[in-house]
Amino acid sequence: MTAPGASHGGGDWWGTEDVCVRFGSTPALDHVWFRAEPGQVSAVVGGDGAGRTTLLRCLAGALAPASGRVRRPAPLATGYLSAGSGTYPDLSVAENLAFRATAYRVPPETARQRSAELLARAGLDRVTGRLAGQLSGGMRQKLGVIAAMVHRPDLLVLDEPTTGVDPVSRADLWFLITRAAADGAAVVLATSYLDEAERAHHVLVLDAGSELASGTADQIVAAMRGTLTATATRPAGEAGRRAWRREGRWRVWDPDPAGGSARDGGAIRPDLQDAVTVAALARELARSGADGEPR
Amino acid sequence: MWAMIVKEFRQLRRDRRTLAMMIVMPVVLLIVFGYAASFDVTTIPAVAVGPQASQAAHLLGQPFELVDVQPSQDRAWAEEQLRDGHAAVAVVTGNGQPEVLIDGSQLFTAKAAIASLSATAAKAAVSGGGQPGTAVAVPQVTVLYNPGLTTADIMIPGLAGVVLVFVGTIITSLGVVRERESGTLEQLAVMPLKPRDVFLGKIVPYFGVATLDLAIVVGVGVTLFGVPFRGSLAVFALGALLFLFVTLGIGILISSVSENQGQAIQLAFMVTLPQVLLSGLIFPLSSIAVGVRWISYLLPLTYFNEISRGVMLRAEPLTSLWQPFLFLALLGAVVFTLASLRFRAYLAPAAPRGGSGSPHRAPSPAGAASAPAHGSAG
Repeated sequence: MTAPGASHGGGDWWGTEDVCVRFGSTPALDHVWFRAEPGQVSAVVGGDGAGRTTLLRCLAGALAPASGRVRRPAPLATGYLSAGSGTYPDLSVAENLAFRATAYRVPPETARQRSAELLARAGLDRVTGRLAGQLSGGMRQKLGVIAAMVHRPDLLVLDEPTTGVDPVSRADLWFLITRAAADGAAVVLATSYLDEAERAHHVLVLDAGSELASGTADQIVAAMRGTLTATATRPAGEAGRRAWRREGRWRVWDPDPAGGSARDGGAIRPDLQDAVTVAALARELARSGADGEPR
Repeated sequence: MWAMIVKEFRQLRRDRRTLAMMIVMPVVLLIVFGYAASFDVTTIPAVAVGPQASQAAHLLGQPFELVDVQPSQDRAWAEEQLRDGHAAVAVVTGNGQPEVLIDGSQLFTAKAAIASLSATAAKAAVSGGGQPGTAVAVPQVTVLYNPGLTTADIMIPGLAGVVLVFVGTIITSLGVVRERESGTLEQLAVMPLKPRDVFLGKIVPYFGVATLDLAIVVGVGVTLFGVPFRGSLAVFALGALLFLFVTLGIGILISSVSENQGQAIQLAFMVTLPQVLLSGLIFPLSSIAVGVRWISYLLPLTYFNEISRGVMLRAEPLTSLWQPFLFLALLGAVVFTLASLRFRAYLAPAAPRGGSGSPHRAPSPAGAASAPAHGSAG
């Protein structure tokens, strides 16, 4: 887990330093440190209302934080897919891309080549004349993503690019996203899918506006305290509060590193999803003054 | 059914603007039609010139009101008074039969003047029949600017203004709010475009369409309906330009304070309807009750009507139209400043943006302005 302050330092990176955002009296982001490196995909995950969109809006320049610092390139070098596809439903696929390319001052010839290449990669090259409003949800998302990267931004911020998208389109989108990173962009994406987050170089887990965990997926898993067991039935009593259902069985977390349940057998190796659930559970229990340990 | 009724009322209560419109609209219409909507002409401003100018008062009874009596002036001066809108009727006296000039571009006033003059003449013929010389000679009536007293001649110059209001205010008001509804506003906000570029980019297409519409209305009016175009095209164009800026500004302003297209349309109609009814387009301004008439002078269409009728029908020069031009310019400055400020706040990331449309947008962050919004360029 990255300690606050650790993301200080020079170098060519984008992100936030101790950023706070409040909506009225509700804190939307609470001292969030985040770092996106060029050539890497960073994922911001968390439940509803965790602050993912707020963080991405700060990074994209759509929202100014109440305090802290946002490091981002000039607007010309930032690409942003806002929640929703951010495309014009009454413009065709080609017209949407042309507008974006012109607004980002891409020379016409370059824009044509780049659009053709991206459309082909996204499998949209057969529908360039179709109105964006008439595209399927997945196609529209893909259009939104390629529109955000048509000018080869240094920082590409994508708010839930794969939400509500079929598996094939998701694969296409990931191809586009990883290619953008391979081309040197720092890609930041918000997602609610932890299996997607596992593919990212860096993961920030947000909960109620503050950091729950961050690092590589492996680091987050390694940082998990206690042990995890899988059982067929939900344990009774207090342990039941530390149990959740996954893939047809019950996962039970024991905060004690050499906990009783582990000794009983059935201990399993956690993955990112387990680690994140445990982190959230630990915080929840700590808040309610129960058995969990405050971080 | 009960669940449905409760749901509808809940939704209605949340939509304050529709609720306000449901209450305000009947009141506005009541005021407009009660006080303002009147074709009755109660006073007709008149001037008199020529040697017997002072006797003209005898010639003209009610409802004429002599605003100027100039025995030393002639017909040309009287015509100028009519052209510049200082009077609706002028009595030209001299040797022989007096002549009454009537401004036909003020249709209802002109009709009232003619009716009143013929009544006076009829009365004179009856009462003064046996005593020649005592009664004033029956005047010769000349209607200027719209001799046939054709409705089209006065409606089409006014309609040109209505078309500009429709395109400028109603259509434009949908422009910005559409970005909000399609979720593209946030994209625009982070794009490397200056608010000014977005603002002008929004306005220019509507400006073009409105100009084309105006050309069509005037062209059709002149060719098909035979409406005269006597004045300077340049003065007319300048007036239309100023007026368009005001209406486009109102459109953008409406758009930037509306959550969705429905609200924008509602608000646009609330702004447009009084303009159509109170600008002098249909009901003569002088017939509108004084208590309501001040509203007329806040409406840009009132001034554009003066300009378009003045230029098209009476060939009024810029020098005599300086007042409507000045007021349009003032209105334009106010509306445009408000619209661009509002628009800037709408697009600027640092500005607090309260409870607006897009689903992910939360209420405005308190004190969001203090942060260094833009980081180092690495």
